[in-house]
Amino acid sequence: MSTCTERLKNGIITENPTFVMMLGMCPTLAVTSSAMNGLGMGLTTTAVLVLSNAFISLLRKVIPDKVRIPAFIVVVASFVTIIQLLLQAFIPALNSALGVYIPLIVVNCIILGRAEAYASKNPVLPSVFDGIGMGLGFTVGLTLIGICREVLGGGAIFGFQFIPEDYHITFFVLAPGAFLVLACLTAIQNKLKLPSATNVPGGDSGMSCGGNCAQCTGAACVANKGIIEAERAAQKAAKAQAAKEAAAKAKAAREAKAAAEAKAAQAKKED
Amino acid sequence: MGNLLNISSSPHVRDNSSTQSIMWAVVIALVPASAFGIVNFGFRALILIAACVATCMLTEFIWQKAMKLPITVSDGSAALTGLLLALNLSSTFPVWMAVLGSVFAIIVVKQLFGGLGQNFMNPALGARCFLMVSFAGKMTSFTYDGVTGATPLAIIKNGDKAASVADILAAGDGQTQVSTNVINMFVGNIGGTIGETSVIAILIGAAFLLAKKIIDWKIPVCYIGTFAIFVLLFGGRGFDITYLAAELCGGGLMLGAFFMATDYVTSPITPNGQIIFGVVLGILTGIFRIFGASAEGVSYAIIICNLFVPLIEKITIPVPFGKEGIKDGK
Repeated sequence: MSTCTERLKNGIITENPTFVMMLGMCPTLAVTSSAMNGLGMGLTTTAVLVLSNAFISLLRKVIPDKVRIPAFIVVVASFVTIIQLLLQAFIPALNSALGVYIPLIVVNCIILGRAEAYASKNPVLPSVFDGIGMGLGFTVGLTLIGICREVLGGGAIFGFQFIPEDYHITFFVLAPGAFLVLACLTAIQNKLKLPSATNVPGGDSGMSCGGNCAQCTGAACVANKGIIEAERAAQKAAKAQAAKEAAAKAKAAREAKAAAEAKAAQAKKED
Repeated sequence: MGNLLNISSSPHVRDNSSTQSIMWAVVIALVPASAFGIVNFGFRALILIAACVATCMLTEFIWQKAMKLPITVSDGSAALTGLLLALNLSSTFPVWMAVLGSVFAIIVVKQLFGGLGQNFMNPALGARCFLMVSFAGKMTSFTYDGVTGATPLAIIKNGDKAASVADILAAGDGQTQVSTNVINMFVGNIGGTIGETSVIAILIGAAFLLAKKIIDWKIPVCYIGTFAIFVLLFGGRGFDITYLAAELCGGGLMLGAFFMATDYVTSPITPNGQIIFGVVLGILTGIFRIFGASAEGVSYAIIICNLFVPLIEKITIPVPFGKEGIKDGK
């Protein structure tokens, strides 16, 4: 069972798809104009993710390696179609609010990414929990962005208006506000050093870039890690060398002192 | 020997100008326009200007303090940003929105990209567009002499294409009957933002900057010239000199051309690049004003051209002396 809880934590915090992995940016930026839309999109994606993860995990020994991506897409597309029909039937308001972004879940990189990275290599139960964790992580991300944008831009949370219309900053409901809010939330995540995969100090995260976003300088992350490690090794060596030298010096000084004392003693004796 | 020859590395000829002296000179050049705005629109304009300048300087100070950066508030660039932003606001604009815009200008447009010299967009104009998008109603409500009415540019845009522009201006906007003419537009006795109405005050400031060689003639002249040709060709009113004069004097064209398009950080440094920059600005402003939904288009034209600056500079790098005959770096 510990694998399952680990998967949940991994999806929601350590590898949060929105703030850490930066996956599924298209729906993240496009549909989060209100908290309700964000929550709806997140839960819809969660449903598809759980079902597709389970199904792909079941079929993982049947699907030939060479055609796995088309096979995944077929599975995902089937579930998206089912979910879309259900939404149209039971929650038409959400369906019209999300519009084209529901069919676009088919090409959402979180779903394909989890299928490729996890479900196709692991048994069914952990895959289902991986789907739930990732889906909830996505939902949390979208809902947070939606809440920020709705409060600032529309003066409301989940449609409950509490700021008068004169104080609405429309900017945040429009597209540029989405970029700004996403960037600010991600920056806060990094600044607070939340226990995500990108905030592990000292390159222990298993990510090829070293995994420290707070100190990352940009493009050549892989090269950076090499340089940082070389620097670290050099520092360690220098430290060891210094310690050795200091020890040698101390030893020499001790010996010299001992010799001097012996000499003095001898001189006393001779007197 | 050491006293005979003074050996030093280049540059050997130095100028006394510094960021600080240039920024404060531009602030001084904006004094006529600001003073006219205060006289024209009253005490409210002074409050807005003071609020924007103070907020910009304070925001920059707090940000640099918090981020442990060198404090550069005294170089005047933040004060200039605040002043330009205030001059771009309507005199009835709420103060807290102006303060919000100032914070946006300094933190989002300027400091997040690395501070002065690194911003890809004019901070004051970026903030103006932020406010325009956020509070469109408040940004476009202009009051002059206690009467809220349309600006002359909007009156012309909505006016009958067949009637002469002088008649349209004299008739006013139909509701509050604000009658005006081109002379009023030149002097500045019209509705509009605090700093843009008086062409004559802006030209005084611009002459000061040109005389002190702080700005170059290329960007403003190419900008205004291209815009004038564009308006005559595509304005749909034939060769109507009143129309041309009204388009040149109305809106933010003069303020934008002399004070915001010439911003050192966000305009090309190559001479040919500056000419291209001015021409593109003129064309874009013409397109926005004549074919766009709004009567005004200077601020959007300038920030879009700000984004083109790296490309313009890339294609206009001057050939070093002596390299004329060599092609493709061979």
